[in-house]
Amino acid sequence: MNEHAPALVVMLPIIGAVLIMLIRHNNLNWGIALLSGISTIYYSIILYLNARSVGTISYAMGGWEPPVGIEYRIDEFNSLLIALIAIVSFLILVYAKSSLNIELKKNKISTFYSMYLLCLGGLIGILSTGDAFNAFVFLEISSLATYVIISMGNDRRGLLAAYQYLIIGTIGATLYVIGVGLIFIITGSLNLYDISLKLADIELYRPLLASLAFITVGIALKIALFPLHAWLPNAYAFAPSVGTAFLASTATKVAIYLLIKYLYLVYGFDLVYSNQIFIFVVLSLSIIAMFGASMIAIFQRNLKKLFAYSSVAQIGYITLGIGIANYSGLIGSTVHIINHSIIKAAIFLAIGCLVFSSKIVNIDQLAGLGKRMPMVAVCITVSSLSLIGVPGTVGFISKWYLVLGSLEQGLWIVVFALAVSSILALIYVGRIIELIWFHTPVGGMVSQNKIPFEMIAVTVLMTIATIYFGIDTRLTGDLAKIAVENVLLGEQL
Amino acid sequence: MRLDLLLRISSKIFLPFIILFAFYVQFHGDFGPGGGFQAGVIFAAGVILYTIIFGIKKAQKDFPETIFNYMISLGVLIFTVTGLISLSKGFNFLDYDALAHYPKHGQHIGIIAIELGVFVTVIGSMVSIFYAFVARGKK
Repeated sequence: MNEHAPALVVMLPIIGAVLIMLIRHNNLNWGIALLSGISTIYYSIILYLNARSVGTISYAMGGWEPPVGIEYRIDEFNSLLIALIAIVSFLILVYAKSSLNIELKKNKISTFYSMYLLCLGGLIGILSTGDAFNAFVFLEISSLATYVIISMGNDRRGLLAAYQYLIIGTIGATLYVIGVGLIFIITGSLNLYDISLKLADIELYRPLLASLAFITVGIALKIALFPLHAWLPNAYAFAPSVGTAFLASTATKVAIYLLIKYLYLVYGFDLVYSNQIFIFVVLSLSIIAMFGASMIAIFQRNLKKLFAYSSVAQIGYITLGIGIANYSGLIGSTVHIINHSIIKAAIFLAIGCLVFSSKIVNIDQLAGLGKRMPMVAVCITVSSLSLIGVPGTVGFISKWYLVLGSLEQGLWIVVFALAVSSILALIYVGRIIELIWFHTPVGGMVSQNKIPFEMIAVTVLMTIATIYFGIDTRLTGDLAKIAVENVLLGEQL
Repeated sequence: MRLDLLLRISSKIFLPFIILFAFYVQFHGDFGPGGGFQAGVIFAAGVILYTIIFGIKKAQKDFPETIFNYMISLGVLIFTVTGLISLSKGFNFLDYDALAHYPKHGQHIGIIAIELGVFVTVIGSMVSIFYAFVARGKK
């Protein structure tokens, strides 16, 4: 079955989702979800190893040969991300059971698991497909599942947040399809690899630029790139904790991959980066995101919202690397996709533990947490420090490459911006750390529920990962290097 | 209540034809215009007409909501199982050639099978959405 891994990594979560909806048994559901999660991990790792050994894998869906049929194209870059997302989302699933029992109504739990797996299948689909329209379909699958996940929390504001995201997400998808339509008119093909070959012979003209603009803006809405981020804070704040952890660590990262794929593999480096305005816009938006969102995060009281704004800022780092567009910058982006995914999973899972044990939503309730729940407090502290980029944590590795990339490009102002935005991150993280460790507990805040072992275990595991990958970069840094060297910059180097 | 006699009688006459037309569109889908989605919508339109004429209570008694909720995922299951059968015979996912001895027959069977999946899912979702809106606030 290994040669069918490209289809299986997408289908296994979807089959899991369907079975859960059909069976609707609360405890069995968790088992099915775990089973489909772990089999997805198995095939994603096989996929990665295959891509490493034989190079790009092309899988003809339904036996129709590309470029006519839908092609699944697996290389060292996207299979790396597939493996990452499969592993992270499996760990969150392990954590999910107890947390969902507290945060969701009993009759919604099956639907949640189902939507979770459907979203996972959609995200992996976006990563693995080599077809522009198929990517749109998977974008919609994952987005629709996301809307449901966001609306499921007990807080009724989640409904509004989901509706807001529904509108914005639909606009984004529409813009993306318009862009794909323009490309289809220009090249007569929907296969991304085929398009890239045909575009190489086409001289730059306005419709081509228009399609680039439509696709970039459409995907940027999904990424939540700075001026288009309005949906993200509310969505993260009012979704169930498990949903927040899942979305923060996977959904935006996949959209970023799609953008990178279009810029580097479809339109091609030369076409995109001969355009000075494009670089200027991407760089300046990223820097504004780093500053603006961090600034807003400083003034947030709601814990999840604070880290949601910090997500917007961190997405700025990733797109910064895309804007810098040299070897180190791209490695910085790729590594930060992985690292930020781990960091945000750790933080939101820790917050989920807090919600579980004592319904903490605001940061002033954190006072004296270090004494009451030392384990969770350490997790939040360590993973928040990774956000700043303290040496010895994963955040440092990403920032190192980004600084390196901007120095190589002579972009001193970007280096300066990176430093200042780290200080801003220090302010909002520092506020939390101060409350946790240097304040006495407020009365009436006694821990109510004992946090189950698996929740603590997954949170601690993620936190250890933020340190481990900060010291030993063989798994993240080197694989990112291979991905960038072989896939994105293959022809430039 | 009795004033809608004309509507009730005429919709009773229409309903079998609507359902039959849905099946026509479904099974004719691989030769001409049509297919699972359109057929599903027509079928669901029949159920919706029934609900409008006879009221939500009677409709939900005759066509229970849970059946439609299950149909949503059942259709997707039919679709994926078709794909998995191809996989199990060593062909690519959703390669219909695997489904019969002759590839052409296989393609035929395959398209019928997945269109059936689409049909079931579309009926399920259409009626579920309609019920969800109509039954609002009546619990």
